[in-house]
This record gives sequence, structure tokens and C-alpha cells, in this order.
Amino acid sequence: MLTRETIAGKLAGVGYIADPDLAAVLWLMDYLGRPLLLEGEAGVGKTEVAKALAALHGCELIRLQCYEGLDQNAALYEWNYQKQLLAIRLLEGTSAAESLEAHVFSAAYLLERPLLRAIRSARPVVLLIDEIDRADEEFEAFLLELLSDFQVTIPELGTLTALSMPRIVLTSNGTRDISDALRRRCLYHYLEFPDISRETRILLTKLPQISAQLAGQVAEILASLRKEDLTKRPGVAETLDWATSLIGLKVEDLGASPEAAYACLAALLKTKDDRANISLDVITRLTGKLEAV
Amino acid sequence: MGTAAAVAEGGLIKLGGFMALLRDHDFRIGLKETQDAALLLASPASASPRLLRTALKPLCCANHDDWMKFDRLFDAHFLARGMRSSSQLTGNPPQSQQPPRRLGDASGGQDKSPADQAAADAPGDANPADNRAQQHAATPTQALMSRDLRHIVDPAEIEKAQALAQRLARLMRARLTRRTRAARRGARLDLRRTLHRSIASGGEPLHQVWRKKKPKPLRLVMLMDASGSMALYTPWFARFMHGAINAFRQAEAFVFHTRLADIGSVLADRNMPRALDRLGLVAQGMGGGTRIAGCLADFNRYHARRALRGRALVMIFSDGFDTGAPGALAHEMARLRQRCRRILWLNPLIGWKDYAPEARGMREALPYVDHFAAAHSLESLAALEPWLTQQ
Repeated sequence: MLTRETIAGKLAGVGYIADPDLAAVLWLMDYLGRPLLLEGEAGVGKTEVAKALAALHGCELIRLQCYEGLDQNAALYEWNYQKQLLAIRLLEGTSAAESLEAHVFSAAYLLERPLLRAIRSARPVVLLIDEIDRADEEFEAFLLELLSDFQVTIPELGTLTALSMPRIVLTSNGTRDISDALRRRCLYHYLEFPDISRETRILLTKLPQISAQLAGQVAEILASLRKEDLTKRPGVAETLDWATSLIGLKVEDLGASPEAAYACLAALLKTKDDRANISLDVITRLTGKLEAV
Repeated sequence: MGTAAAVAEGGLIKLGGFMALLRDHDFRIGLKETQDAALLLASPASASPRLLRTALKPLCCANHDDWMKFDRLFDAHFLARGMRSSSQLTGNPPQSQQPPRRLGDASGGQDKSPADQAAADAPGDANPADNRAQQHAATPTQALMSRDLRHIVDPAEIEKAQALAQRLARLMRARLTRRTRAARRGARLDLRRTLHRSIASGGEPLHQVWRKKKPKPLRLVMLMDASGSMALYTPWFARFMHGAINAFRQAEAFVFHTRLADIGSVLADRNMPRALDRLGLVAQGMGGGTRIAGCLADFNRYHARRALRGRALVMIFSDGFDTGAPGALAHEMARLRQRCRRILWLNPLIGWKDYAPEARGMREALPYVDHFAAAHSLESLAALEPWLTQQ
């Protein structure tokens, strides 16, 4: 089993700049064998954690995107009806009904959906259950059952047990509160927006062409921008977009060119109210502070 | 727990005390968590208090509230730091004085799964929510149900009535979001069940099974009048709205007096006292005059597009005393009517003797209202439920 220090190092190796606590949580996932529930505002990099975890262990990432109305058939398994119908027609008159039933309800006619695929994989995978708060409550209850015994009963086929234990990451935006039972079964981590030094390092890692000065300035502006009264605070992906567009405009020093910073604001602020709130004056004020630093 | 046994007994006792402390602060700690914590105590993670803290934190926390309080509690218990201030800040009275909240929740009927709820509803039962609310409420509660909210003054009674208001909101939700699945007729063929049946007839699909579309849960939009004339009722509606916001998947809440404020995010806080405190800050100027027409105009202009998408039920709590220009309210109500499924107007004055909707504002609004009902007691709130569940 990996120790915490190696996890932190390896995360940086796969391009994910984690805060130290997150490395501890990932270690804990393995140590206690529990799923991890990640919460945090949109854009703090919850999904990225799962991707990094998969890269870290060098295994496959299976993703289940939740939505309202998601049911067992879309998440777990489904019979391949077309193939079954075809088989019934082909075997018509040649075999008895019982053997026909056994035949069309065999594994060959089963379509594996993400959850079944995750537990039937020979090698452990990382299973990302994204935005669990969007799924229905019934689905949550069903998920709970799967997470507790890692086996699935298919009425026609019998019980399928897990071949390997997937590492499970659940994410939630906190739009709807998820049940206590599910929370209790999971480890919990709340992701914050990265602080200035971590965001600078993220920029330097993801955008090799950025200068250290610009990266620091962008991170600083973002930190103060997130303190403004915004309806939708810009996330890390937005930061990267904004920095990329600044590089495209050949900006070297934000303090000297607030207009350029303002021109690219479309990459950062995505609601009408926010655009109206953050005027050129505000940007000038924020970039003005940079020079003082 | 072989590994855990290796840890010194003193450490385990200290840990047990910490788990009890966490429980007192509303953490959801079960036996499994304690076991795992003991396991951590035996692992390299217990090398230093700081390491132990980062390891215990994800294990013991279940939501953002817990996450924010954990460090302080840990430091207080293990490092004996800031003990007094921590208990003051969290504002929780000692356990002995506090009613066992979690236990009470669990034994109540509202924690049943939706399927159970649905099964419990007999089809011909006219008012099941009402019955259920009474089932787990004994006689004194029944008396509370029918009392005019203005007359409930005893703090203990207030607390009970608040709990009831929240429970009502939850019960309504259970009915509203009930769904049907496979059906005898429907829009789409249920291939899985049809195929299964066809085996019996040698592969010929003689009996088809269909799937009916699940009705989408209702969107609930609540607008509460917080003017001076409503002052005696607003605390109750605020609680009812808090319960509804936390129980419905899609609910929005607004408060208005002379201007309109979106309070959905404030009420979404599960901690009710804190949510209501913040509500007081947001709705500053509560208790003054009312500009219903102007506020509805603001709602129509800025919020309606987002809040009313799909099937929405608009619930307005107000006594209809408007100080705006004549005709304005009728105009805004007409606009609102076009955008939503149904409008429900709850007026606490209906419960009064000899009330007639004679206020100008109320008269203007009435033609656009689908259901005009009393809301002066918890009973009257409960009576709304069958109407709400109509599809």
C-alpha cells in the first residue's frame, strides 16, 4: 500500500496539484476500503480528483454521470433485447422453452453498464459517480445496497459478485442534500478553491508556456475576484481558460494591461449579473493592487 | 479488531470521549466509524496529532458543516485548546437539556423510503398526510394543529408546532414525487417484461407490458409576504418554507414586502436557527408596508424565467393588502398566470370569523388564483396536501 507521501508525490507526477489533506484522504480510501464523497463548489476540480486517482494507480476510470431519472437499467445492466429476439426467432422450433430461456438470459446477452462493469473488472478500477445529487433518491438507495455488499443479483442469471474492489469516488454539488446513510458509508472531503500558491502551481503545470510572473498574477486576481459578490464564482477550469487567452493576447504583466484582462473576462464570468458587477474599474482596482505587491 | 487492541487503552478511552463529543455536536458517528477510528489510531497516521486530525476528519465528517467545525473540536479534545470558546461558538446546549433530535427523527414516519410511503397510501384515502401526521402526533399535538398560529405563545409549544410545520412540508413532498413505472397501457413498450412473458407463449409476445412515463416532480415556488400586517404569521411560514426547501428537490423561495428577495439559498441551510437568523438579515425591512404588485413585477422580470421552467406551482402567502397603484396587481398576476401551472394563494385572514376578500389587492388577484385557502393554523396547512397532489 502506498504511503501518504508517495501519494502526494505521485499526484504531482500525474499533473494534479493536491492540497496535503487530499493526499491523506486518498491514502485513507485504501486503508479503510471506503468510498470517498467529494463536495465543493462547481469548478473546484472534483472530477479531476477521480481522473488523477486513476492515473495514479494506473487503472481504468469508469464514469457514471448521474441525472434525474437515472435507473438501474442505465446504471447497472440491461438485456440486449434485439439480440434476444433474434435468437428466439432463430431457435424457434429447435429447442425446448426452458433451454431457450436459459440461452437468451445468459451472459452473452447481457449489456454491462458502468456499475456492473466496475465490479466485474478483473483489475480494480476507479469508479466515478458524478453529481450523485442529481439522481433520484431511489437510485441513491439502490447505490447504497451495491456499495455495502459489492454484489448484484440479476433475477434471470443469479448473483454476480465483485471480481475486484473498485475505488469509488462520488461527487456532489450540494444542490440537494444526499441521505445520511450514504454519507455515513463514505469518507468525506470538502474541496475548497485553491489558494494563491496552489493555483500558481496548477497554472505552471497545466500551461507550460506561461511565465511565472503572469501565473502568480492570475492566481492573485482570481483569489480576490472570488471574494467579490458573484453569483457564479470562477473555477479552476475558468482560470486556465482566462490564462490561456491572456497568453494568446501576449500579455506579460497584468498590472500594465488591465484592458486586456477585462477583454478576456468572458472566459471567467458566465452570468449577466456578474459581468455587470465586475466593471473595468474593478479590474483596474484589482490589477492596481498587483503593482503595490 | 486485532490491530486496534494493540493500542494503549488510554488512547482508546480518549478516542471514545472524542466520538461522544462529536455526537454531541451533531456528527453522525456510528459503531463502524468508531471501529475505523480505532484502526487509524493503530496505524502510522497516529504519529502526530496533526496527522491524526487529517486522517480522522474525512472519516468523521459527513457534510460541510461538520467539516468546518471538526478542527476546532479536535484541538479542544486532544490538545485541550480553546475548549470553552468552541462550545460557545457552536451554540449547542449540553446534551442533557436537548431533546434527542436524531432519535426523534428516526422514529418518525417521515424517514420512510418513498416506496414505503406510497405503499402506505390507500388509494381511497382522502387525506393520508393528515392522518399520518396525527398518527405520530399524540393528542396534545392534535390540539396544536387546529390552534390559530397567533395564539401559540408558550416556547415549548412553539417548538412543537415548528417541528410539525416542517414535518408537514416533508409529508407533502412524499406524495408529490410518487411515481408509477410499468403499466398496462402506456407510451412505450417495456421490452424486458414483454420478452419475459413471451417465453411462456413460445417466443410470441402475446401480452405486452408498457411503460408509463414517470410524472416529473413538481417545482414549488413560494412567495412570502413579510409585511407588518403578516408579522404574526411570517415565522410560521418561514419554517414551513424551510421544511419545503429541504424536502423538495426543486423548490424556490422568495420573501417580499417593499422589495423582493430570493431566500432559497438562505433557507437551504439545514440548520434551522441559523437559516432563520440569516433570513432576518436578508429580509431587512421586514414588517413594513407591502408593494405586492411591484414585487411580483420584479419576480416576473428577473426570476420567473429561471424559477418557473417546467411545471411549477406558485404558492403565495399573503393577506393581499397592497399599497401599489390600482390595476397593477391584476396585470402582474395575469403575467404570472401565463407562466406557471397553478397558483395557490394562502391567506391567514380566511381563518378569521366573517372574513371576506375585500381588500383591493386581494380582489384584483383572485381571478387568477386557482386555489384560495386559509393558512392560519397547521391544520389548514395540512389540508392543502390533497389539493397539491392533484396532477
